Amino acid sequence: MEFRFSDEQKMIRESARTFLHEVSTSAAVRQAMATESGYDPALWQRICEELCFQAITVPEAYGGMGLGQVELAIVLEQMGQVLLCSPFFSTVGLAVNALVLGGTETQKQQYLPEIAAGSLTATVGWTGAATAHSGGQWGCEAISVEWQETEDGYCLNGDLRYVIDGHTADLLIIAARGKDCKEGDTVAWFAVPATAVGIEREWQPSMDQTRRLARIILRNVSLPDSARMTAQTDGSKLLTQIVDLAKLALAAEQMGAAQKVLDMSVAYMQERVQFGRPIASYQSLKHKAADMMLKCEVSRSAVYYAACVAQEYLAECNSQQAVLALREAAAMAKAYCSDTLFYNAGSAIQLHGGVGFTWEYDVHLYFKRAKASELYLGAAPAQRELIASMLLD
Amino acid sequence: MKLTFTVEDEAFRAEIAQWLRTNLTGEFAALKFRGGPGDEHMFTAERQRWEKRLAAGGWTGIGWPLKHGGRGCSIEQQVIFHEEYARAGAPGRVGHIGEGLVGPTLIAFADPEQQAKYLPAILAGTDLWCQGYSEPGAGSDLANVKTRARRENADNTWRINGQKVWTSLAHESDWCFVLARTDSESVGHKGLGFFLVSMHQPGVTVRPIEQLTGTSEFNEVFFDDAVAADLIGEPGDGWKIAMALLGFERGVSTLGQQMQFQNELDEIVRIAKSNGAARDPLLRQRIAEAHIGLRLMRYNAMRMLSHTSTESGPEALVYKLHWSSWHRNLGALAMDVLGPEAEILESGPYNLTRLQSLFLFTRSDTIYGGTSQIQRNIIAERGLGMPKEAKGNLR
Ligand SMILES: Cc1cc2nc3c(=O)[nH]c(=O)nc-3n(C[C@H](O)[C@H](O)[C@H](O)COP(=O)(O)OP(=O)(O)OC[C@H]3O[C@@H](n4cnc5c(N)ncnc54)[C@H](O)[C@@H]3O)c2cc1C
Repeated sequence: MEFRFSDEQKMIRESARTFLHEVSTSAAVRQAMATESGYDPALWQRICEELCFQAITVPEAYGGMGLGQVELAIVLEQMGQVLLCSPFFSTVGLAVNALVLGGTETQKQQYLPEIAAGSLTATVGWTGAATAHSGGQWGCEAISVEWQETEDGYCLNGDLRYVIDGHTADLLIIAARGKDCKEGDTVAWFAVPATAVGIEREWQPSMDQTRRLARIILRNVSLPDSARMTAQTDGSKLLTQIVDLAKLALAAEQMGAAQKVLDMSVAYMQERVQFGRPIASYQSLKHKAADMMLKCEVSRSAVYYAACVAQEYLAECNSQQAVLALREAAAMAKAYCSDTLFYNAGSAIQLHGGVGFTWEYDVHLYFKRAKASELYLGAAPAQRELIASMLLD
Repeated sequence: MKLTFTVEDEAFRAEIAQWLRTNLTGEFAALKFRGGPGDEHMFTAERQRWEKRLAAGGWTGIGWPLKHGGRGCSIEQQVIFHEEYARAGAPGRVGHIGEGLVGPTLIAFADPEQQAKYLPAILAGTDLWCQGYSEPGAGSDLANVKTRARRENADNTWRINGQKVWTSLAHESDWCFVLARTDSESVGHKGLGFFLVSMHQPGVTVRPIEQLTGTSEFNEVFFDDAVAADLIGEPGDGWKIAMALLGFERGVSTLGQQMQFQNELDEIVRIAKSNGAARDPLLRQRIAEAHIGLRLMRYNAMRMLSHTSTESGPEALVYKLHWSSWHRNLGALAMDVLGPEAEILESGPYNLTRLQSLFLFTRSDTIYGGTSQIQRNIIAERGLGMPKEAKGNLR
């Protein structure tokens, strides 16, 4: 047992921290926010070329670095700190996992090296209008696209919502269910180039401007046999795997952001003087900051534990024990980090007073990211209900 | 990062588990799950015999160095020991203050003669210890202790005068470590000494204090020219040593404590499943939250113990606040899961059930060992570099 970073992992963290703090400044984030794509392609290319983060979890056999979920969490933590605007979460936090776990050999050979080289971005789409029912549904019940077999392949129809970077990704990995079937076991996956005929994509401007959501409409999109993914027969299982890993990725970002708003608040409180003393000397504010720090530290433990579990899970996918361990660890991390970031970002506004309410200060960017990340893949109560069902039913 | 234990460690786990299975039988079977916090007044004689059985098996001082008679176990093995100990439901240790606090402190600060005098009896489970820090005027503000230590010219011994309060298990103890002022002119952290005082002498009077549980685990202790058997370190070193001792409190035993928390949570889950509380959406949320909190506490402790350097990380700073708040919530959850049945006593006039005890006793978790407010001050000041609290002039 050894629950600390190796020297190599520390190096990754340091280089990620240094680089990202340098390039993803407040000005850079605000510039990216104002674009339709939501990120600066030149910066993304620099990240791909100089740091190769996009290749981190791509297996070496496909031109990647073949590193694990712990390294991925390390990088995501730093990205969360600076609210990096980039297609990283969609490409690496979603699509690479989908391809590695569910792609055919041909698809892996075709797409993974391109992703690793930084020449292809990708995302995963499964969420239809039903995703918004009952306060958020992110499992098979959210799937709205329908597939049908045709003479020489498949045909897809449907309407996807809330797809992260869906309007810019080069490759769309789409879950669909058999036409007129509702059961999970008819879920199938397809790797679809965004340029395929019949695909219409549209940015859905959202409150959190540091990450883009899109709507994708598929009208009789016809695909060859080779577009169908997976050695895995059970498409719903693949969805659970992707979602579990994505929860972990999101939690890592949330944890980094939660630490950053705490740091920003402490710095501000040290500087701001009222009643003749720095407001940092007021005990009610110190205690608030202490609670924020506790939440950050516990979040950190949650994320890195879940990352270790995810790593073990990927090493031995098929064991039922590993599946459950990952499901539990990811739900715990997502629950705790969602609450933490929302608490910390909300508190940060309060600790900043009036300036916390301005557009000019960055606090609101974290607050908005907090709510968006909290809701995506299910807020804390949904994660806790998942844990409760594992524990009590 | 690795979460698995080595083959040798797993063998060690099998060894202690087997030992507990064989030994936690006969007269000791009744002690299972007894004697933890809130239950420390129960079965004391039997638990003292159990302590000796442990010692005979070589299971006391397992983390102490070999040359001091310990077992020299690695951190991992200590973790495993505490896990298996709690998993088996082995009873609360009457010797925990001696083994966990006094021993490591003496190993770090006492001279060899003193070490030879006290350590063997701690390991053998024969001498029990209590902690004489708090006083009526010195609670959170521990540096305000007024108890005095005076060097007797005739025989060169130190004599202690003053009053301690909230002294847990003083009525069962053979020895007390006492923080007292060696320099009567001094104030605050300076001029303090760390003394070892026998409880078996005319100058020491112990008066039990009844707790809100109706039981008495802590006491007032009066020192009236009591003889101190030893001063550890030099006069003036008291604060440094007293603080170092508190540092040992956050040691590996926390993982054993967590296993006991797990036993408590398991019981609550069992009740929730049987009485239908498990179907209530709000209680489901709270049970899940408790489960998550405990798991994360474990990972936090694992991070804490994985630190190689002597310097502890930020996760150690938040640990007490985290577990004590969590445990307090668990006590309330236990009552809410039971519903009105929570009110019914084990028996009259005031015998609490285990969960009632948990509910009531956990209110002290956020007070002793540094209150939650003091923890937050420390986190803000040491962890975040925020300004120190201003001191008043009424001390
Ligand atoms: C069950 C139990 C067992 C104990 N066992 C022992 C033992 O064996 N040996 C021993 O020496 N002591 C023991 N204690 C004493 C314990 O350490 C003290 O109770 C504790 O340090 C608090 O001191 P106090 O009770 O004087 O409260 P006070 O210090 O008077 O605190 C009262 C309230 O004021 C708050 N407060 C105080 N100062 C500040 C500040 N600067 N900023 C913000 N808030 C503040 C506190 O948080 C608390 O809420 C025990 C206590 C309990 C409850």
